Amino acid sequence: MSGVLSNRWLLALAVLAVLLVAQVLLPPYHHTNFARIMVLASFAIGYNIAFGYTGLLSLGHAMFFAAGIYAAGLGAQELGLSMPAALAFGALGGLVLALAVGLIALRTSGVAFLIVTLMFAQAVFLTTLYFNEVTKGDEGFVIAEALRRIEIGGAELKLSDPTVRYNVALALFALCYLASIALLHSPVGRVLVAVRENEQRTRMLGYNTFGYKLLAMVISGTISGLAGAAYALLFAYVGSTFASTQYSIYALLWVLLGGLGTTLGPLIGTGLMSYLVDFASDVTSSYLIVVGVVLVVLVLAFPKGVVGTAIERWGRLRS
Amino acid sequence: MSLLRTEALSKRFGGLEAVRNVDLELPAGEIRAVIGPNGAGKTTLVSVISGRLEPTAGRIFFKDRDITGLSAWQRARAGIVYTFQITSVFPKLSCHDNLALAIQRRRMTGLAGRLREDPAALRAEVEAALARVGLAEDIDRTAAELPYGHQRLLEVALGLALSPELLIMDEPTQGLSNAEIARFCDLVRGIASEVTVLLIEHNMPVVMDLAERITVVERGAVLAEGTPAEIRADAAVQRAYLGT
Amino acid sequence: MSFGAYFFLAVLEGTVSAFVLALTALGLSLVFGVMRVVNVAHGELFMLGAVIAWWVSQMAGDPLSGFLLALVVGPLLVGGIAIAADWAILKRVDYNPEATIVATIGLLYIIQQSVLILYGPDARAVEAPFYFRVQFPWFGYSGYKLIVAALSAGLLLATWYLLKKTRLGLYMRATQYDQETAQAFGVPVRRVYAAVFALGGGLAALAGVLVVPIQQAHYLMGHDPLLLSFIVVIIGGLGSLRGTLIAAFVIGISDGVISVFFSPTLAKILATLLVALVLVVRPGGLFGAKPA
Repeated sequence: MSGVLSNRWLLALAVLAVLLVAQVLLPPYHHTNFARIMVLASFAIGYNIAFGYTGLLSLGHAMFFAAGIYAAGLGAQELGLSMPAALAFGALGGLVLALAVGLIALRTSGVAFLIVTLMFAQAVFLTTLYFNEVTKGDEGFVIAEALRRIEIGGAELKLSDPTVRYNVALALFALCYLASIALLHSPVGRVLVAVRENEQRTRMLGYNTFGYKLLAMVISGTISGLAGAAYALLFAYVGSTFASTQYSIYALLWVLLGGLGTTLGPLIGTGLMSYLVDFASDVTSSYLIVVGVVLVVLVLAFPKGVVGTAIERWGRLRS
Repeated sequence: MSLLRTEALSKRFGGLEAVRNVDLELPAGEIRAVIGPNGAGKTTLVSVISGRLEPTAGRIFFKDRDITGLSAWQRARAGIVYTFQITSVFPKLSCHDNLALAIQRRRMTGLAGRLREDPAALRAEVEAALARVGLAEDIDRTAAELPYGHQRLLEVALGLALSPELLIMDEPTQGLSNAEIARFCDLVRGIASEVTVLLIEHNMPVVMDLAERITVVERGAVLAEGTPAEIRADAAVQRAYLGT
Repeated sequence: MSFGAYFFLAVLEGTVSAFVLALTALGLSLVFGVMRVVNVAHGELFMLGAVIAWWVSQMAGDPLSGFLLALVVGPLLVGGIAIAADWAILKRVDYNPEATIVATIGLLYIIQQSVLILYGPDARAVEAPFYFRVQFPWFGYSGYKLIVAALSAGLLLATWYLLKKTRLGLYMRATQYDQETAQAFGVPVRRVYAAVFALGGGLAALAGVLVVPIQQAHYLMGHDPLLLSFIVVIIGGLGSLRGTLIAAFVIGISDGVISVFFSPTLAKILATLLVALVLVVRPGGLFGAKPA
């Protein structure tokens, strides 16, 4: 048993080591891409905890990501929060929103839950447009360069510096990735999976399944908010596109492509899809068609995604 | 002292009164069988007791505490455990994880207890729990891989692993082979010293063999109650049930 | 103009859009009711109806014949696409609710982006088939909009007739009630599914055809009808056709009134919050079954 356990962590450390080394090897374009992918993969990890682990098919996770983006962006710009405080404020934004939405949306299940989360996310999106005096709506705003600094001891780190940006993104990803592994293999994680597999039975085993679903939503929303905050601060842009349905669909797509309920899936799915969309947008302005095609192909041919299929073919990495 | 007591318990589905004014009293340590024709309301009765359904009227007391307002999971925590008539396990999870879910609950106190576990100790407990129903060797197989009869036993093992005070079993022997039934009866007799058992069962030899007292339910109401010998001799029961 | 006149205008506008919304949402609700799946691409089928209407109008000689032709060609083409999607995708995932949702999200992008490739990013107007104004004491009102409401009402009645009085309707109700039993009684369930999916798409396409002289055809126009239909279907109760219709009028008219007096954005935010309120009180929606 202990051998399997250490395999799990060894794989995780190997993945993180590759990402750490990659920064010295990557050309600038891919360097930036990787930093972005790591932040978005953290968002996907958050989504995976709701849908992948707990079976809560949400189509509104963009609202938590956006809550983090706006909380951090407005917190830095309007309230003058320091960078670490803005980051924490973003996570808090995701947490509070997820708690509120969860309390209402979890009264429903199945497709009704999907529709309700979609609509709440739309309400958040419209709210960002409605209060455009504060949010600058569609256009969004750029977080001032002067604010994006962290002081550690006497040294000052600029988030606009590519190396700093890459490593902050890596640290964030490592935190979310390792936390998701620890969660999945904890007693709580086992209950979340049980809720996904057979909610009624889980309840009859003495678990407050509503409470666990709410917990999953809150953890998921907090991680999504944290990722959103990091995105805003690292890439300096805050705008309502991140609250649109498309970002909720992206989270679903990344997780499905990588492998639902697998810990490594979100990174793989986000990475593959970013490059695929990148490539397609060079070819056509209708590049989003690849999103549609990938979703349909996944459903028809690879329901377990890349990592899920790999586990099936080459033994159980997850155990 | 009675472990479980119901007062005028009723459950109505639209125009159908599935359970009518049932007063049931179950002393601690007893094996009680509930029998009755199909559609008599047995499963509805135990569903109301276990909290899967809300009663339309009446009250339920467990160890003299009114539990009518408690939800199903709170009742499971209080010690009322229900095993399903239609096998309800976690088909995609291993037998280990199925049982671990039942076993870990008591350990999940505080943040550390919720986030960390001792895999070796847990596995040992899981193995012991599976061994009680003869499934120790299947520990790493997924539940869906087990033959039907073994899934029923896994269901029973899940119930036992919760250390119930009252174990409600809904047709546990349905679909089991004769050898498995014999093993099951031994198991129930073995736990009867610690656990009170409420058993819904169609298999009359099993009922007569295990039950200390029998409650006969017909059309939602209690028709008769007594020892197996009394029930066998009861003319009304024979007319309504055994005779047919 | 007085407040009263303004209010009357707002209610009138709301009623017209409520009829169109009812038609769109009814399609979504039928598909969910009978097949137990959600078609996330439903709004794109609405958009296809509008785009096809534009395309037909370019080929037809005059607005009226173009409009009449579009009323036939639109639902037929879109119904055909729906049948193809049912055959190529939904049937293959065995109508699994989650897989269907993911697949229809994929379909949403495929349809929307294909239209972008073939039709382009512009919003294009279609001339209304009729030009007359109905003169109220306070203002004149577009006669075409009233005709849209009347035609929608007619189509709603026709759908009701189809459900209650025809063999297909009987099959649909039987399948909705209990799929397995229906199959045992010889109902060709798979073909009923295909027909329902086509019917749902056809209703959305009809709504699109009706709306295009008022709204212009654009490849992103499917988003709002989808969202409003979702709101309507949730408030009315998933699977309840009566609830869908009632909710369509509540949402459509209040959306119209709030849009006129405040802003369309606020109207949609409020509609969403209404959903939250309904769910707090009745998780199954106003006319839905109470969940176990």
